[in-house]
Amino acid sequence: MKNDLLIPDAGGLYCAAGDFWIDPLRAVPRSIITHAHADHARSGASEVFTAREGLPVLTHRIGEPEDLTGLDYGQTVELGETQVTLYPAGHILGSATVRIESEHGTWGVSGDFKRAPDPTCTAFEPYPCDVWVSECTFGLPVYRWPTPEKVVSDIFDWWRGCREDDRPAVLFCYALGKAQRVLAELAAAGIDETIWLHGAMIPLTECYRSQGIAMPPTQPATEADKGEKFKGQLVLAPPSAAGSSWMRRFPKHSAGFVSGWMRIRGNRRRRGYDRGFVMSDHADWPDLVRTCADMQAERVITIHGNGETLIRHLGDQGIQAEAWNLRQTLRPQDGEAIAEDSSDDKADVTSNGNGRREADGA
Amino acid sequence: MKDFADLFDSLDRTTGTNAKLAALADYFRQARPADAAWAVYFLTGRRLKRLVNTRELREWTAEASGLALWLIEESYEHVGDLAETMHLLLPPASAEPRSETLAELIESTIKPLGQLDDEARQQQVRALWTQFDGSQRFLINKLLTGGFRVGVSKRLVTRALADVAGVDSSLIAHRLMGNWIPDAGFFQRLIADKTDLDFEQSTPYPFFLASPLEAGPESLGDPEAWQAEWKWDGIRAQLIRRDGQTWIWSRGEERMDGRFPELESAAEALPDGTVLDGEIMAWRDDAPLPFSLLQTRIGRRKPGRVTLDKAPVSLLVYDCLEFAGEDLRERSLKKRSDALELALALSPERIKRSPILVFQTWDELPAQRERSRELGVEGLMLKRLESTYQVGRKRGDWWKWKVEPYTFDGVLIYAQPGHGRRSNLFTDYTFAVHHDGELVPVAKAYSGLTQKEIDRLDRWIRSNTRERFGPVRSVEPVHVFELAFEGIAPSPRHKSGIAMRFPRIHRWREDLSVAEADTLDDLKRLLHDPAAA
Repeated sequence: MKNDLLIPDAGGLYCAAGDFWIDPLRAVPRSIITHAHADHARSGASEVFTAREGLPVLTHRIGEPEDLTGLDYGQTVELGETQVTLYPAGHILGSATVRIESEHGTWGVSGDFKRAPDPTCTAFEPYPCDVWVSECTFGLPVYRWPTPEKVVSDIFDWWRGCREDDRPAVLFCYALGKAQRVLAELAAAGIDETIWLHGAMIPLTECYRSQGIAMPPTQPATEADKGEKFKGQLVLAPPSAAGSSWMRRFPKHSAGFVSGWMRIRGNRRRRGYDRGFVMSDHADWPDLVRTCADMQAERVITIHGNGETLIRHLGDQGIQAEAWNLRQTLRPQDGEAIAEDSSDDKADVTSNGNGRREADGA
Repeated sequence: MKDFADLFDSLDRTTGTNAKLAALADYFRQARPADAAWAVYFLTGRRLKRLVNTRELREWTAEASGLALWLIEESYEHVGDLAETMHLLLPPASAEPRSETLAELIESTIKPLGQLDDEARQQQVRALWTQFDGSQRFLINKLLTGGFRVGVSKRLVTRALADVAGVDSSLIAHRLMGNWIPDAGFFQRLIADKTDLDFEQSTPYPFFLASPLEAGPESLGDPEAWQAEWKWDGIRAQLIRRDGQTWIWSRGEERMDGRFPELESAAEALPDGTVLDGEIMAWRDDAPLPFSLLQTRIGRRKPGRVTLDKAPVSLLVYDCLEFAGEDLRERSLKKRSDALELALALSPERIKRSPILVFQTWDELPAQRERSRELGVEGLMLKRLESTYQVGRKRGDWWKWKVEPYTFDGVLIYAQPGHGRRSNLFTDYTFAVHHDGELVPVAKAYSGLTQKEIDRLDRWIRSNTRERFGPVRSVEPVHVFELAFEGIAPSPRHKSGIAMRFPRIHRWREDLSVAEADTLDDLKRLLHDPAAA
């Protein structure tokens, strides 16, 4: 690992040849941020590179760093002895994978990625590299996603069912990425009714809208008329809002949750959701495996998630693979903070305190 | 099968009791009786005899999905439910869908699987996997693997049936007792009006269950309205004597014929038309023997002479549900006690009345309860004298007031994911105590933490794993928990040399360090305490 182009550090990856960090969770001089989710994007770096498409959302999340550069996908910059290019990751608006070319070979680093179509962001683009550093959030073959059309039509049917029963339909989903994807998919399916939003989702949804993503009209649930019972209405809320007093305004609601974790019945039942809709912004197992092949990498390193199964599976196919634990490079108190504050699918399987800062409207 | 799967979906898609009740009642009204009978069979927790072993199922899933067998195993570990794992891994159905009803499918395809040779069985199951998809395939896998917990209780099914039949739910509960064959005739009898020709001779009555008393007994009001008894730590049983025949049922509705020959022969002295409720205890010289001895009788279908000599049992009777062929359950406990005296008048020692504890005021009881350990009982039962014999766990008239359990402080050393609702959460823990500078595992526990604590501990376990042995992880010995248990016995099968009864987590002792956890010697000292055996 000593001669590797990247090493785990500061909760992310450090590249000595280019003297930069990817997705560090501690303050560092220079970073590349793959996307704006809280377990990838932290303020504190003076010099920050990110994909241009992601600038509005990122600055909303972490403020304006001293020296912020938005790169177009495919545009190469020279950092130290490396050439760095960002490619679309298809995860959320402005998400990128990082291609680093150097004397030590070419590395591709996924922040998070998916291959399924998503109307809110540019589709993932593979490129050849020697080493592919892959996320592995859903690294088991039971995670296989249905098509988004199927899921959106299930969501729609559920909403209509709630309307027949005069109940509010409260759909929990992550405030950044998933909520806007659901809205955009509904718009694509021809929905132009007003959809109610939790406050934490509003600025992010406006960021998306300002970048030309078509979504149905939305309104903060707090601005509804007094006595509004939201019967038959669709409400989007972050998972952290479940059980909060904010939910009291939706009497007799049916609760749905949109997440890859909903593929497993126990995950849904444990959290008491009536309905689970399997839609994720991460790659499923077939796409994790396929992407390793598409990147033509001889070596695969997994980060984010339990990579052991994928590693063994790749090993069976003759690909050298290993798992890196980025969290280990943090001080314990940093790690604790992440567990409480992670904002996408990853932390969800165990914690339900994840979206706290989203709920606060950050 | 589709209608049944739709029922499952409606049950699965709501957490509301009323919505579940309505979905069940709708189904029972519309389904063909034969299908409804099978639905009742599965939803009340009955299962088919295992038709395919799980090893085969995993191998066939590997073949059908093109995945390595170890990937099937890893997936199962993660999902925690084999039927669901198989369903998630199998490719989408490809063949012409089948339209049989639940009963047709079970009779035509599922039940006959047991008679087929290996190859034909594999062919049939793999065909089912290509002909069904979605919830139908998941449910078929559930039938094949046996277990069928889908988030409805037997009680809820009983209520829905009572709604459909327009009779009292206790009558439905009674009709659901004992052995029955799920067919159209059964379902029609199940939802029929009240008749006298309801039951077979062997059918037991539903058990009445006590609730734990949380406040002190003063909360129950006038002490004169109450009766106190010992709470025996044995096997709850119903003994039926009708028509010169004897049946003994466990609370789990298992017939225990032949397991307790001494009770069956003692029962010959009971008058016909007698049904007794009590506790089977290992018993000698008018005193209970340790529970570990009774354990040698549980599950032994035909005990031999040595076992019978070493662990003789008695039935301690505390209620009489039927006397002279008359159902007494609507009478008061006082009246039933009188009948009990008559019923036991001629019975030999082995079937004896559980004594009633005399007391005038509530403040006499704590001292009695304190004697529980020394007498080998679990505490006290408090029953309202005017109470009828009800169905299931109904709060108000029967209370159990148990002694405080033993406790010790143990260190978490292994964790393993749970099943079902707790799948892919680390919820099965192993705890250790100090011995000779080592940590020796002494107890496994699954319950006692809040969901919040489980989530937190799960996260901690994931990032503090030392080693993995299949599904089990060893973790850094850091966290200390207070565990409660009911008793302790020597056990050559365990490394620690002891086995605990019903260990469970009392609290997470974050104030204690590992060094402050208990030692094996602390626990072994209890072995010499007769009350702890």
